[in-house]
Amino acid sequence: MTTGELSSVVRRRGEVAVVDLVGDVNRGAETALARAWEEAVRDEPAAVVLNFSEAGYINSTGIALIVGVLARARAEGIPLRAYGLTQHYQEIFEITRLADYLAITTDEDSAVGGAERSKA
Amino acid sequence: MTALTGSLRRRLLRRSDGEDRPSVETVDLSTTAGADVAPVDIAPNDPLLAYLQSASGAVDVTTLELDSPALVALQEAGVKLAVPLVSQGELIGVLNLGPRRSEQEYSSDDRKLLENLAAQAAPALRVGQLVREQQAEAATRQRFEQELEVARLIQQNFLPKQLPELPGWQVSAYYRPAREVGGDFYDVIPLPGDRVGFVIGDVTDKGVPAALVMAATRSVLRASAQRLVEPGAVLELVNEHLVPDMPEKMFVTCLYGVLEPETGRFRFANAGHDLPYVKTADGSVELRARGMPLGLMTGMTYEESETVLAPGESLLLHSDGVVEAHSPEGAMFGFPRLKEAVAAYPGGGELIDRVLSDLHGHTGPDADQEDDITMMTLARSDRGAGAVPIDPTAQLVEFEVPSAEGNERLALARVSAIVADLGLAPERLRRLETAVGEATMNAMEHGNRYDPDLPVTVRVVTGHDRVTVQIVDQGGGLHEREPIEPDIEAKLAGLQSPRGWGLFLIKNMVDAADETVDGRDHTVELLMYLDEPPESPRSTDTETEEADDDDR
Repeated sequence: MTTGELSSVVRRRGEVAVVDLVGDVNRGAETALARAWEEAVRDEPAAVVLNFSEAGYINSTGIALIVGVLARARAEGIPLRAYGLTQHYQEIFEITRLADYLAITTDEDSAVGGAERSKA
Repeated sequence: MTALTGSLRRRLLRRSDGEDRPSVETVDLSTTAGADVAPVDIAPNDPLLAYLQSASGAVDVTTLELDSPALVALQEAGVKLAVPLVSQGELIGVLNLGPRRSEQEYSSDDRKLLENLAAQAAPALRVGQLVREQQAEAATRQRFEQELEVARLIQQNFLPKQLPELPGWQVSAYYRPAREVGGDFYDVIPLPGDRVGFVIGDVTDKGVPAALVMAATRSVLRASAQRLVEPGAVLELVNEHLVPDMPEKMFVTCLYGVLEPETGRFRFANAGHDLPYVKTADGSVELRARGMPLGLMTGMTYEESETVLAPGESLLLHSDGVVEAHSPEGAMFGFPRLKEAVAAYPGGGELIDRVLSDLHGHTGPDADQEDDITMMTLARSDRGAGAVPIDPTAQLVEFEVPSAEGNERLALARVSAIVADLGLAPERLRRLETAVGEATMNAMEHGNRYDPDLPVTVRVVTGHDRVTVQIVDQGGGLHEREPIEPDIEAKLAGLQSPRGWGLFLIKNMVDAADETVDGRDHTVELLMYLDEPPESPRSTDTETEEADDDDR
């Protein structure tokens, strides 16, 4: 489990924006997540993929922040996907039913490919 | 000219009914050096007040004719001239002047000077009066708050510090005082022969008087319970002790029952308290026993009644703060709804949580709590008819975590290390860590308000088949409840805050979670079996309270 303040890198893969999340998703991640989202949607991507491979501790406040990102994605009509979650956090995404609204895949290719297929 | 070196007398006049009236300062200006003019009280209904109010300037006291005791007193005191001090049309004081040192009469210039002085002094005097009144009000408020704090301390000091651990039983209690601190109390009394006495009561009145009567009642009841066996006889004795010293218009409702844990027999008597309910396999049953409240009159007798709590059954003792809570429209929560809740919900600590959740929904989120709320449950385990044996291999590790943001990570890491060798499956360990982290975060934030002087205590009890983690904060009744179950659709639609996942996660991460309040100690207990229970990996038969705000 990595620890530390969340930082993010936004990459483009075709028409899909990939957001690499590094660090903890907790109360302190609010600003970083908001900035990452702004950057990710700047060029109107077909979808946004959240990469949790390097994310560490995710607590209930972090879940709330992800719900907030999901709400913005839905409001802006941008599909949101995720990959790289550990089995434990994948379970939490299922219990909270985040997984019902945010497609979770095991790797980046699946996430990006799935987004492109959805668009097609 | 009169030298302004005289003594000053001030009077804040009050009506006999206690209502404040405009204060009138009387400033006596003695003209004789060193002389001390006796202060003159002007009664609120004295005609001199009305005269001075309407006077256009200085009033010659020696020649004034009025049927006024105050005027006579002024004349006898040697006052020659009275100059009204009027601010914004209101008489707020009087300058009283004796004879001039030169023994000459006051000239028209003297009077003009005095009137100018009065015109300038009156507003300043009024400001001074207002400041004084505000200081008095602030002091009154402070005294009131101090009294409330004293009442709270008395109440909390006399509540049980911890609830008994009875094999095969779960005892849970919840107590939350209203802001003005009512007289609710509960108690658990160990008795000879492994029996346990349970008490719930309510003293009429609020604040310190109620707290003192509560403390006296508890002490007498504890002593009587040790001397007598039958609950009715205990209440009779307590009543006889209380009546002589009970303050006027005060009394105590109280239910006292004795539980035999081995058989489930619960025998009780009732002194005018709200009747308890038993959750049975078929619904809920009200237990009845009659008796007058304690402290009203001597010679009272108390009917006894008894029931046997079967495995799986649960008893609820409650105070009137539950059923008498009002909705914004003025409707009471009521006995029928409470009885239905007992029938519908699981027993034990979860019943308390669910009732509180319903209550919160009934009163609305912004309602002030009208009265103390107290509930106590005695739930008999349904895991076999017998008692659950105590685990002889159980070990306890206790540590503290300072209340500071992020320190939940310390707690979960420490717990993780303590249970590392128990053989808990990795995914179950992750779940326990998450539950510990969330519970510790709640304890630091909502219980201890991130007060660095209030650490969170974490107790880890490891047994042969389970690990139990207790997370204790000092929030006591401060923990409030949020009745809304987190709902992702509602959150995405903006109908719920995105937050509010903490307790939801806790109860879904472990095999059981429970919450108790003992005085200031607020404890969340997490239970994780080392092997996943076959029937329910994430049991919902016990759970903690709902979130008290968005973070929970």
